[in-house]
Amino acid sequence: MTDNAKPPILVAKGVSKHFGGLVAVNSVDFDVPQGKIVSLIGPNGAGKTTFFNIIAGLYEPTHGSVSFTGVEMIARGRRSWAEPLAWVVPPLIIALIGLIVATAASSTALAAVTILVSLILLISAFLLAIARPPFYLRLLTRLGIFRSARPNDMVVAGLGRTFQNIRLFKTMTARDNVMVGMHSRMRSTPVDAVLRSRRHYREEKDADAKARRWLAFVGLAGKENEVARNLAYGDQRRLEIARALASEPKLLLLDEPTAGMNPSETAEMTTLFGRIRTELGLTILLIEHDMRVVMGVSDRVTVLDHGEKIAEGTSQEVRANPRVIEAYLGKAARA
Amino acid sequence: MTDTRRQSPSGLRAVTGRIGSIAGHHQSLTILVGLALVGALLPLISAVPPFSGFGTQKDWVGGFADAGVFVLLAVGLNVVVGFAGLLDLGYAAFFAIGAYTYAYGASTFTGLQTPFWIMLVAGAVVAAVFGITLGAPTLRLRGDYLAIVTLGFGEIVPVVALNADTYTRGTNGIVGLAQPNAYGLFGITSFPITNPWPWYITVLGIIAIAFMILYRLEDSRLGRAWVAIREDELAAASMGINTISTKLLAFAIGASTSGLGGVFYAAKLGVVDPTQFHFDVSFTVLAMVVLGGMGNIWGVAVGAFVIFEIQHQGLKQLGAFIQSLNVPVFQVPVLGSVDLGGINFLKFQFLLYGLALVAMMLLRPEGLFPSRQRRHELHEVAEESEEAAEDTSEAVKGA
Repeated sequence: MTDNAKPPILVAKGVSKHFGGLVAVNSVDFDVPQGKIVSLIGPNGAGKTTFFNIIAGLYEPTHGSVSFTGVEMIARGRRSWAEPLAWVVPPLIIALIGLIVATAASSTALAAVTILVSLILLISAFLLAIARPPFYLRLLTRLGIFRSARPNDMVVAGLGRTFQNIRLFKTMTARDNVMVGMHSRMRSTPVDAVLRSRRHYREEKDADAKARRWLAFVGLAGKENEVARNLAYGDQRRLEIARALASEPKLLLLDEPTAGMNPSETAEMTTLFGRIRTELGLTILLIEHDMRVVMGVSDRVTVLDHGEKIAEGTSQEVRANPRVIEAYLGKAARA
Repeated sequence: MTDTRRQSPSGLRAVTGRIGSIAGHHQSLTILVGLALVGALLPLISAVPPFSGFGTQKDWVGGFADAGVFVLLAVGLNVVVGFAGLLDLGYAAFFAIGAYTYAYGASTFTGLQTPFWIMLVAGAVVAAVFGITLGAPTLRLRGDYLAIVTLGFGEIVPVVALNADTYTRGTNGIVGLAQPNAYGLFGITSFPITNPWPWYITVLGIIAIAFMILYRLEDSRLGRAWVAIREDELAAASMGINTISTKLLAFAIGASTSGLGGVFYAAKLGVVDPTQFHFDVSFTVLAMVVLGGMGNIWGVAVGAFVIFEIQHQGLKQLGAFIQSLNVPVFQVPVLGSVDLGGINFLKFQFLLYGLALVAMMLLRPEGLFPSRQRRHELHEVAEESEEAAEDTSEAVKGA
């Protein structure tokens, strides 16, 4: 009951995505309560993966917005044109004034210094825009500039994901795959790496230990040094989950995690989802079209069809919903 | 399976395995010892019979110093192409930028006399800035498109150097570049043109530093991010890697290594002119990286050294060697008289080169000394795709 008091971890409001004339997702309202397993189902081509990719920061929605942990993260950019302007204009003005003064005083040295200073300003502003440190982002908010979050921003905010068609780093070992997952939680810089600073050593050692723990958690203990591509199919799926967990997410997005698995593998996988929620306290958003997986494990099920939300509720409610049956089996099945 | 094999090594393999593990734990020491050994042994080649006839020891050592420049270029390009998987066909541009930076910093042309050692750092920094400048517009591009844009950049730089003659003296190039000064260390003040030894030792030192930095970067958070981007950029972004800054860092670090090479090369030659930085340099360096084994720093370095020596010594000597065999001119139907001794192999340099590349790509696509990962990538593809096909067919049946 206390769960109801907590604000939902993810709120999507009126999210639409158009690809040219095709409306893949049509003003979907959706939220994910904290600590629950929520499923998104629907027949092939219903817009599940598109919706998922919007949440993950891969696509910018045509309309609507997505808030994550109470912060608006994803929406159409606002005043985004102003951002490059903000770092191009000041150096230009400095260069212009400097050059005018230099011409008036006919001093080559002054001109050279002005050009150098404005170039340095331009480059540092550009680097700031790339690295996007917190103070830079705060400044942007103050200026009313909003840019939709990119996938890496969403990971930093606490969202981990897996892919429908496994996308591991195939030539890296299982351990290194998981360590890549920790990238956004590590702080050591290239300078630390070159100087082999204490921070670098400590962090690498920690990361190695954590990677082993995550691999053990998903049941891949002893396979740390296997190259990802040599793992069995089911193990690759597990490794993807371990890699996502390594980014210390608050919400885990799983895109058809049991696709291509036999019933016993599927059952093992569903147990793992349960453990992720109970042992790690994570919220899970699951996309599936295998109804059996969804029905067993979900607290709530949302059904999409043709880009629209057609039903929402517990698995029992959804299963009985005539529109859902129609979407899955066709009109004739209803009769 | 690999583990059991590793646990029961026999005699020699135990020793090499031991050395391997020591090398793995003390990379920087290995680099220093390895390069010192190589550096000490290479000049001895001028005493070995077939090679002793090709030139004096000074000729050889001077050639090795030039080869060192290409080793630097190759390990730098390896960061961009081998680690981060960004195909860069305009790499000579950064070499040119390093060289011109030295020309501006220490020549009679500008009248500045900045010490060589400071200019080394400056050249690397300037090249890195240009690396980022080139990297920025190409960030959205992948594969072929990226290659074309970098190709364009590689052409722009020498063409600008050629035509902006007020600032670069065009085709004549900038001459009278200052020699490095060792400030009396080892009794050397200004590096002499006639004695290649100081140059040779300097380039070895630069290579050692570059190696240490690159090895440490490879084995770090950044190195993993580079490989992740090479493997799957979208997945890398979805794991929290800022692909923009990571790719720009690859460009910057690759370019700065090339900038070091450019400064050294300009100082050694005493001249920079635009013809030194044409497309064939970019192409040669890329071939060095591919032949040596993309992603493996030592492999790439060996590839660079071997190709450079074949180009600058091998082909020249091959002609002389065949001439010395005194093969009589013989008649072939259709072709007429054939005189093997009269062939100038240097003219056919790129033909032979092309043939070597084709043969290499067919027989050993991962290069002479592949990184472990690349070997996996290229050799298990066949088996893997079969397995994957089975998997999916099973999956289809299961569903």
